[in-house]
Amino acid sequence: MLKIKVQDLNKLFDAISEKEPLYMPLEKAGEANYGLYKTGEKTALDVLKTVKSAKDLFFPQSETIVKFKTEGKNITVEDIREEVKPFVLFGVKACDFKAFEVLDKVFLADPVDTYYQAKRNACTVVTFACRRPEESCFCKVFGIDAANPVGDVTIWKDDENLYWRENTEKGSKLTESVRYLFAEGGEKDVQNQQEETRKIIEKLPFSSLDLSYFENTEMMDIFNRPEWQKLSEACLACGTCTFVCPTCQCFDIREFKASNDQIIRYRCWDSCMYSDFTQMSHGNNRTTQMQRYRQRFMHKLVYYPENNGGLFSCVGCGRCVNKCPQKLNIVKVVKTLGGKKDD
Amino acid sequence: MNKVEELIVKRARELLSSKEVDKVIGWKKGEFYFDPSPAVFTSEEELKDFVYNGFCGANLSKYLVQELKKGGKIAVFLKPCDTYSFNELVKEHRVDKNAVKVIAIECQGKLDIEKIKEKGVSAVTETEENGEEVIVSSLYGSAKFRKEEVLLEKCLTCKSKKFAVADETIVVNEMKETANDRFSGVEELERMSEEERFAFWKGELSKCIRCNACRNVCPACTCVKCVFDNNASGMATKAPADTFEEQMFHIIRAYHVAGRCTDCGECSRVCPQHIPLHLLNRKFIKDINRLYGDFQAGEADEGKNPLIEYTEKDADPTAAVNGEVRHA
Repeated sequence: MLKIKVQDLNKLFDAISEKEPLYMPLEKAGEANYGLYKTGEKTALDVLKTVKSAKDLFFPQSETIVKFKTEGKNITVEDIREEVKPFVLFGVKACDFKAFEVLDKVFLADPVDTYYQAKRNACTVVTFACRRPEESCFCKVFGIDAANPVGDVTIWKDDENLYWRENTEKGSKLTESVRYLFAEGGEKDVQNQQEETRKIIEKLPFSSLDLSYFENTEMMDIFNRPEWQKLSEACLACGTCTFVCPTCQCFDIREFKASNDQIIRYRCWDSCMYSDFTQMSHGNNRTTQMQRYRQRFMHKLVYYPENNGGLFSCVGCGRCVNKCPQKLNIVKVVKTLGGKKDD
Repeated sequence: MNKVEELIVKRARELLSSKEVDKVIGWKKGEFYFDPSPAVFTSEEELKDFVYNGFCGANLSKYLVQELKKGGKIAVFLKPCDTYSFNELVKEHRVDKNAVKVIAIECQGKLDIEKIKEKGVSAVTETEENGEEVIVSSLYGSAKFRKEEVLLEKCLTCKSKKFAVADETIVVNEMKETANDRFSGVEELERMSEEERFAFWKGELSKCIRCNACRNVCPACTCVKCVFDNNASGMATKAPADTFEEQMFHIIRAYHVAGRCTDCGECSRVCPQHIPLHLLNRKFIKDINRLYGDFQAGEADEGKNPLIEYTEKDADPTAAVNGEVRHA
């Protein structure tokens, strides 16, 4: 294990970004989100949760897929894909890292999504262990250890040092390039911090959330529960929960006329909360907000696990818990449908 | 249970049991003290989850639009600022006031859990209000704040504690008007140079994730089909394609609600990126006051707003860009 003094962190960021583009939590207009680091940038490594998750780096909110050029009746297709240069994604929490596994199963399954794959392959992921998780965190429920995430490199941080552990070949390569900034040691400090963090996680109010109902109940029984109506009642049909979610992966494909002879086809995040989600020429198969609301949680807790060996497509990051304008969230759904009353 | 909540629940129970109303719109307790959700109550039994505390910031008036469509008579609990939204909805024929019983309730300003967390308190397990003090317990210890430090933006600059409409009122303690000037934020922006102001909005609006929470929560945004959702409009978008577009969305929205926005502050409360959207609306309100005379949307449930009515005292629109021009 290696360590570096916290006051030298900017040197580390500068050193990494000199070699490869470095994406990490930055503070812009008061909010922490992942962005491209430049020397002098205000970093936000200590913020527990960025507003948007790290999924943007592989699956951007909006992304051009292809361009068309028209000339009379002829259309030329322009493949805009370029080789993605290696980059570093720094400071990913255990929950967001687990979310990559959820996304991989969708985008890297046959047929492979080459846009996603190119970015995923080009990336070296540096994960960051949590030290002070908060009340909306429930990653433990999904078997995630926030104190020991994996990835290519894992870092821990306390008031004095940042500790660094390489996990993979990619990680070793990155380590080599910045090795001169580090000293040896820190195992004991990391171990102590992990013990402390795990103790806190045990005490977090949602850590005991019970998902067994969703594992042991027939799909249609869950689908037909009358409680969906009340659960969805206050839903504004906005897309906040889906857009801050690290595992939501639905997208829409749209086109716009960029100029008289050019059409750009792009994809952008979609939200099952929106009234035109999966709209087809005959109309929409979900016509009420209750149906749309149910879709989101059925997908996370039932459909996705059904198709992916039991893996839930929620990682307990708690962003939806914090960000829903009307304080609706997956925890309330789980407790209402499957949780024991008053626990 | 606080006294106001007690009276609210008691009244809700009477109204439901006497069948005077079919449903009651209020707030339901969440997992914590600080996360109640808006809710519709149809039976006395459901009322056991009713809550009214410092975290009931949500404006319930817009829920009437969807609930009235299902029929029946509804009682709704509205805080002073929410009553203005109600009037505006009535004025725009979105809500039939004869089908609604407005119970106007005491509000001493609502709290912002995110502000509490920003003060370094995390893993919050409990929050308690004690007059002007808020006591927050967490796994990492407990902390005490002055209420003003942790109020929602909209409550820090509360426009009025007057009820614009009320069939009944439930007020136990005197509601003091706040001394804060709600236009101070706008004035700060007006003092900036054009470049500074552009940079400010660019920074703020570039955070937008187009979740539409601001639009969907807005009581003035009740178009059956929003132009930004309408594929036939040619401007439907689900993502900010470029930075200009984010600005377009918010500026168009601000224009569309101008003269109708009551400054309920919900847009800024719900923004996941904390974009101070209320500043756009307040700029319009401030300018409308200057050019057409003081006007508060939602003060009455009928009449025209100054943008759709001409009077001889109106400032000349061609000169309106000149900051000196005023309503006569």
